[in-house]
Formats: sequence, structure tokens, C-alpha cells
Amino acid sequence: MEKFLIFTIVGLSLAATYAVIATGLVLTYTTTGIFNFAHGAAGMLAAFAYWQLRFDWNWPAPLALVVVLGVLAPAFGLLLERVVMRGLVGTSEATKLVVSISLLVGMIGLANLVWEPGLSRPMDTFFRGDTIDLGVTTITYHQAITIGVAVLVAVGLRFLLYRTRIGVSMRANVDDRNLALLNGARPDRVALYSWAIGSSLAALGGILIAPSVNLDAPSLSLLIVNAYAAAIFGRLRSLPLTFLGAVVVGLAEGYLFGYLPSDNQYLLGLRPAASVIVLFLVLLALPNPRLRTSGRLREFFPAPSGSGALLFAGTVLAAGVVLATTLDEVDQITYGQVFAIGIVALSLVPVLGMAGQISLCQMSFAAIGAVVVAHHGAGGNPLALVLAVIVAAAVGALVALPVLRLSGIYLALATAAFAVALDRWIFNLPDFDLGPVHVSMFELGSADVDPLEVFGYAFNTPSRLLLLSTVAFVAVALLVIAVRRSGFGRRLLAIRDSEAACATFGLNLVGTRLAVFTLSAGIAGLGGAVYGMQLGAITPGRFDLVTGLPIFMLVVVGGAGLVGGALFAGVSLYGVIPLVSSLAPSVAKITTVAPGLIGIGLGRNPSGATQQMGEGVSPLRRDRVALAAMFALMVVWYALRLLDVIANWPFVILLVLTFVVASAAAMVRARSSATSTEGDGKPEPDLEWVGVTVPWTTERVDAVDRALALEQVKVRAQA
Amino acid sequence: MPKLDVAEVSVRFGGNLALDRASFTAEEGAITGLIGPNGAGKTTLFNVVTGLLPPTSGRVSIDGRDITGLSPHKRARRGLARTFQRLELFTMLTVRENIRVAADIHRRWSRDPDDPAELTDSIIGRTGLRAVADTRVTALPTGQGRLIELGRALACKPSVLLLDEPASGQDETETEQFARLLRELADGGTAVVLVEHDVGLVMEVCDHIHVLDFGRMIAAGTPAQIQSDEAVLTAYLGSAKESA
Repeated sequence: MEKFLIFTIVGLSLAATYAVIATGLVLTYTTTGIFNFAHGAAGMLAAFAYWQLRFDWNWPAPLALVVVLGVLAPAFGLLLERVVMRGLVGTSEATKLVVSISLLVGMIGLANLVWEPGLSRPMDTFFRGDTIDLGVTTITYHQAITIGVAVLVAVGLRFLLYRTRIGVSMRANVDDRNLALLNGARPDRVALYSWAIGSSLAALGGILIAPSVNLDAPSLSLLIVNAYAAAIFGRLRSLPLTFLGAVVVGLAEGYLFGYLPSDNQYLLGLRPAASVIVLFLVLLALPNPRLRTSGRLREFFPAPSGSGALLFAGTVLAAGVVLATTLDEVDQITYGQVFAIGIVALSLVPVLGMAGQISLCQMSFAAIGAVVVAHHGAGGNPLALVLAVIVAAAVGALVALPVLRLSGIYLALATAAFAVALDRWIFNLPDFDLGPVHVSMFELGSADVDPLEVFGYAFNTPSRLLLLSTVAFVAVALLVIAVRRSGFGRRLLAIRDSEAACATFGLNLVGTRLAVFTLSAGIAGLGGAVYGMQLGAITPGRFDLVTGLPIFMLVVVGGAGLVGGALFAGVSLYGVIPLVSSLAPSVAKITTVAPGLIGIGLGRNPSGATQQMGEGVSPLRRDRVALAAMFALMVVWYALRLLDVIANWPFVILLVLTFVVASAAAMVRARSSATSTEGDGKPEPDLEWVGVTVPWTTERVDAVDRALALEQVKVRAQA
Repeated sequence: MPKLDVAEVSVRFGGNLALDRASFTAEEGAITGLIGPNGAGKTTLFNVVTGLLPPTSGRVSIDGRDITGLSPHKRARRGLARTFQRLELFTMLTVRENIRVAADIHRRWSRDPDDPAELTDSIIGRTGLRAVADTRVTALPTGQGRLIELGRALACKPSVLLLDEPASGQDETETEQFARLLRELADGGTAVVLVEHDVGLVMEVCDHIHVLDFGRMIAAGTPAQIQSDEAVLTAYLGSAKESA
């Protein structure tokens, strides 16, 4: 009985922390419509800041608390609102999500930048050692304070929302933002207040929970996934239900902590995974959402042309060959990851870019692919690659089935919960039997992966592996392009715009979504398998949620509907960042924050960066002479490099120069031919402005008529 | 037996009764009009019929078979198709691709021997979208958006076609063309149900009209009967007492 009470108290104090964090999340979500994935990271930063003031600089606890909770946290919330969140009003749910994920990644990077990871930073509980005797059991001061704080937060919020002017306008904002605006409320001020309060609540939770865990940026940021489970209990709206959810999650964890046999390796991971399992279950219990109607997305991804696809494939292959023949082994290992991770990034293109379904667990499917080749690919058996794809696809389908009906942030949370459950539990299991199937994971540490061997040719050197992953990347990229151009691809794009319309044509949405999830999980599995071969030995840490988030984010930044977006993600993470670090070690640390910063800028250009780059090179693509000359010159430089006439850096500089000169030449030629053929190559002026800013000529009027499908009206041009 | 039979359908949103035991039928080869002031529940009724919104009570059947419990895509496979008042176009695709998606989907579940590409092309011709066939839909005005919606619905070769305000955003010539197209469809055996604000169009093309007001059916009859119906005049113009 005493044991039961002890763990009830443990559970309740966990519950109290989760409740505090979750209410902050619900508050900002309901008043501003932004689900802040980085909410936990704000708590994490606050915990670090508190540690810095209280334990590193030895400030008295009350002063440190006041500074963190009363000054730093609200200021941080205000800053977030002003700089980032305000720009997100009216953008798509996916964009909001990506920006908040970028914030999460950026904040983890920031914490690692300021507080070097890996060092021990002990943090005391409040009034360490002091306990209150409750007769049958005792409760520590820290636990009592935690529970008391949660009750205070509940009472305080109730008072704020129902008894104060700002609280009433917050609630009005939740009900109907436009109506509140018409009635003289000021949503901007409401948003400022809620971000400030939300940020303080996150900070409070972070400080309360930090003493019981390691002060480690990623795990502390994700610990707060537990609080998300509580928030989902309240459907992200109801504060009382959120508190109830927190109690359920907290007690579940507390009892698992007390009663799970600690010597059973299979159940050991269940406790840290318990809250995400609860989250997953709660999401499954949500009622069916209405079918989504048109969301008026700003994004647009054109279908790649056949010649464009071939040019892309050729360029990537050539780049792979050049890298494999010019770099030394160490660099080959580093930059080889570009293409392997690129394949995982490609897996997001059909599911996210085309179908608009958010999946945060592609890295988990990659892990499954890697594990399969580790255990079945002994001696480089090529069939293991096939098996990796099949198993990953099957797991993808299995995960997809229950979560398919969810969409938007709910789908994002469900896939994140799945990824975390694998990270915390399944991947750390020793071997087990699932019926007749013997399953091995990471063998409690790392598993070795043999390089592929086809017809006696082993891909057993870094350069061969680099070529293998390049070829695999190109093959998958061409597959994805083929999907985009197929009927299946059109259906995916159609679902993305309007589920309701698709259903009324007789499309079974579940089947189509299942198909795209399965496809993308299979691709991710292949990517993971190739990645595993490059690594040689795989560990769970290479495939966890936090590793996967920057990939997800950069694919969106690059352009989620385009294979170029996937390449962009691979190149940014494993090309540009290592390159910058090696060139300028002093700024290397900044690169940990860079992906986050890139993502935060996304709100301004939702169609992605690759498309702009594509527009930049389009004159060159159309100019065959300049293109041929450029390639010929590049081949010459490459030959010189192979003959060791020039070193790597001059070679790179020559390549870049050649490209720059060739595109400039193409642009000049395009312009001169345009003027010689009288406006033939000029871009058509915006037809909406004909007669306003564009001169009113017969051709333009005809163009307007054509665009509107009217019969050609005879209008005399007015000179 | 009517082709489409909507019986006693009620929909409650919280405390608000959006539809109150609304019933209507649509016959094969006829154009049935559904009119009513703004907020009368016309679009809600369409959502119930197509399965996007489950009714609080009531029954929907096609050819006498109850489809109330079916999901939207299964209803479509019974021959139901619709257009949307707020356009639901696929913004990343061209006009042709928009219609082609619907034709492909239709081809997948039906045993229709028609080639989807040819079907798409013939629909583009019929709806007069030839000149803009390869334009992205977001570049087009609403009037043409409505035609694309109609084209997509036609690609499903429906036996019951629900049109939600198809003429809004169209000019007079377009509306006239549209009326001709509707007549053609009905003559081909389709049961056409038309929700429309353009009273002129409704009176001209409809064989039978139902009037909805505050979620209730207040009148039904031929265009001539509706035009002289007291309750309809009251709903649209306010009663003599109120205006006095």
C-alpha cells in the first residue's frame, strides 16, 4: 500500500508538470491557431537558463526564478510572437508546423551552442531532502511544490480567462477571431499575451521537471511530448480535460515506474515510451474528422518535364562520379551521406509534397531498412535490399492504417509518437521472437552492416559506396518523378487540395493514402539500408526523431513536391554543413542553429527554394550551345583534375566559374534573340493588368480573350 | 420510384437546427430545382446527400436503396456526383488534369470501357473549355471554375448530378450555354438537381422546384406554381404584415 501511495505521488507530481506545460500549449494554440512544436524546447531553454543562474552562478533560487519566469521567458515569448509567429497568420497548417519544428531544431541547436552537450550539469530539486510526513507516506517538498504550482496555474488561468478583460478577449479570439476584431478586440495584443504566458508556463514546467532528468537539450525538449498527450486529451481546446489527461499520463508513468519489473529488458523501455503510447491511443480515439475541403494552399510544384528529369539525373550522377574520383576517403565518407539521406528525403516527396500528409517518422522506416540489411545482408546479399524495402513498406502500411483518418497536426503528432516509441522502446530491445519470426534490433548497441555485393563486385570502399548511393538516389528520384507524372500522382495532388471532392468522385481515400504511405516507407527503408551500408555500423541514435526533423524541415524548405527539394535537404545537411565546418571551424558551431534558421524563413516562400534556383538556370537549360560548351569545359577541368594537373580547390573554382559564365552567356543570348524577334521570348505580361499598367494592344486583348476562352473580339488598338 | 429520394432529413449543429425534416425527390431525365434564401440549408442538404455530413436523422436513397450509411466514395459509385459552391478545384493541376483525375477515378471503380483520356477530351469540348485546357486552374476566373467542376462531375458519368450554384460568377452568355447543357444532360437520362440563386435560370430550366426556408421545405411544384405560391413570396420578400 505504501508503495502504491509513493508512486501515486510520483505520478501526480509528473502529472502536475505535464499539466503546466500542456496548458501553455493549449493556450497558445487556441488563441493563435499555431500548434507550437517548440513549446517543449522553450521549457528546455528555460531549464538551462535557470541552471546557469542558480547553479553555475550561484544566484539565490527566488531571484533566479523571478528572472527566468518573470523576465526571460515572457520576453522570449514576445520575441517569438513578433519575429516569427505573427508572420504565420493565414498560412497553411503545414507551413505553421514546419516553422515550429524549425524553431524546435533551432532551439536545440542554440542550447547545444551555448551549453556544450555531454557535460554533467546537476540540478537540485527545491528544498532537497526535505519531506512532509503525511502519516502513511511522505512527500518531498519538490513534489508538493510541483503539485501546488499546477493547482495555482489552474486557478490562475480560470481567473484570467473568466474574470479579466484580456482573458475575455482571449476567449473571444478562440470563438471567432474576425468577430472579435469587429467588436474592437485586438488580436495582436491577445497573441502577445498568450505567447508570453505560454512561454512562462513552458519555462515553469521545464524547471520543475529538469532535476529528475538529465539536463540534455534534445531529450528535455522531447520529454514534453508527454505533455502533448495531455493536451490532445483536451482536444487542444479544453483546459479541464487537459488537466485530466495530464493526470492519466502522469499516473501511468508513475505506476509503470513503480511496478514494472526492472530486470526485464523487454519492458524496461516501456516506461519512457508510455506517454507516447498514451498519446498514440488518444489520437486513435479521436472522432473521425470531416473531410477536408479546399485549403487554398499557396504552394505550387510544377510537373517535371522528361528532359528536365534526365538532366537532373545526369547531373547528379556526374556529381557522384566526380566526388568519388576526386575526394579522399574521409571526405567520401562524409559527403556520401548526401545521397543516402537524400533517398530518405525523397521518401517525403510523394507523401508530404504530393499528398500533403505530414509524416515525421520517415527516419524510423529508414532504421527498419537498415536493421534488415544488418541482419539479412551478410556478405552483401542484394536480396537484403529488396527485403529492407518490403519490410519497411509493410511497417509503413501497418502504421498508416490506424492513423490514416487523421490529418494536419494530429497526423504529425501520431507519426512523431510512433517515432519516439520506436526510439525509446523498440530499438533498444534485445532479440525477440514474434511468432515464427526472429526479430533483431540494434543488438543493444550497434549492428554491423555489410556492403552490398552484386555478381562478385563488392561496394566495399568509400568511393564505391558513394557511387552506389548516387545511383540509388537517381533511380529513386526518377521513380518519384514517374509517380508525379502518373495518374496516381495526380490523385495524390488532388487529395492534397480537396479530400471532399475526391471522395465525391468515388475515390477511396483510405486506399490511396495507404498506398502512398507504403510507397514512401519503402523508399525510406531503401534509403536507410544504403545509409547503413555507408555507416558500416548502425546505432539507434542515427535514426531518432530529432535526427529526422531537420530532414523533414529542409525538404519542405527545398520544395516538398520536387525531387530537387530532397537533394536540397541532403546537400544542406551533409554537404554544406560539413563543408562550412571544415573551412571555418570557428563558425562550425553556428551550423547547428542554421537548419532551424533556414526553416523559420519558410513562411515567406512556401513553394521552396529549389524552384527559384530552377528558374535561375532556366535560360541556360534552353540554350543548347551554352549548355554543351559548359559541359565540355567541365569535362576538360575534370580531366585535368584526374591527371593531377590541378588540385581540388582550383577544380571546384573552375567548375563554379564555368557555370556562372555559361548561365550569364545564356541569359545574354536569350535577351538578344528576344529583342531580335520582337518580343517573342519575352515573358507574357500579367493579363490582369492589360489596360492598366500594360499597354492596350490588339495582341494583348486577343491574349485576354484566349485566356478567358471567349471568342476573339475585334477591338481596335487605341494608339 | 424516384431516382433520388431524400426523406425527412434533419441536421442539428449544436442548438441550431439547420435542416428540419427536409424531403425532396429527383426524377430521371428531369431537372429539379432547389431554391431558398441564403442560409436556408441548401448546401447542407447537398452535403447530407453526398455523405460529407451525417444527418441527425432521416434517410437518403437512390433507386429505392438506402445509402444513408454509406461513405461518400461509395455513394459516388452508386452514380452520385456533385459540384461545390465554394470551388474545390485541384490547384496544382491544369484544367485537363482536373477532369482527368475524375475520369481516372471513375475508370478505376466502374467497368466503363471508355478511355479516360478520350472521355476527358470530349468533356472539355462539351463544356467549352478547349481554349484553356492546358492552363492551370488557379489562373482562371470563377465562371470557368464552375465549368471545370461540372466537367469533373460529368467525368464520373453520374445518374444523379447535384449542382451547387453553378451559374454564380457566370455572365449571361455563359449562363445560356449552361442552361442548354443542363437540358442536354437531363434529356440523356440524368437526374439533375440544381441549387441556384439565379431565379431566372431556375424558372427557365427546371421541371420541378422545391423551396427551402430555415431548414424546412415550404413549397414544391412546377415553376408556375412556385411563382404564385404565398409561402414562397413570404420567404423571399417578407410577409405583407411585416413590411407594413
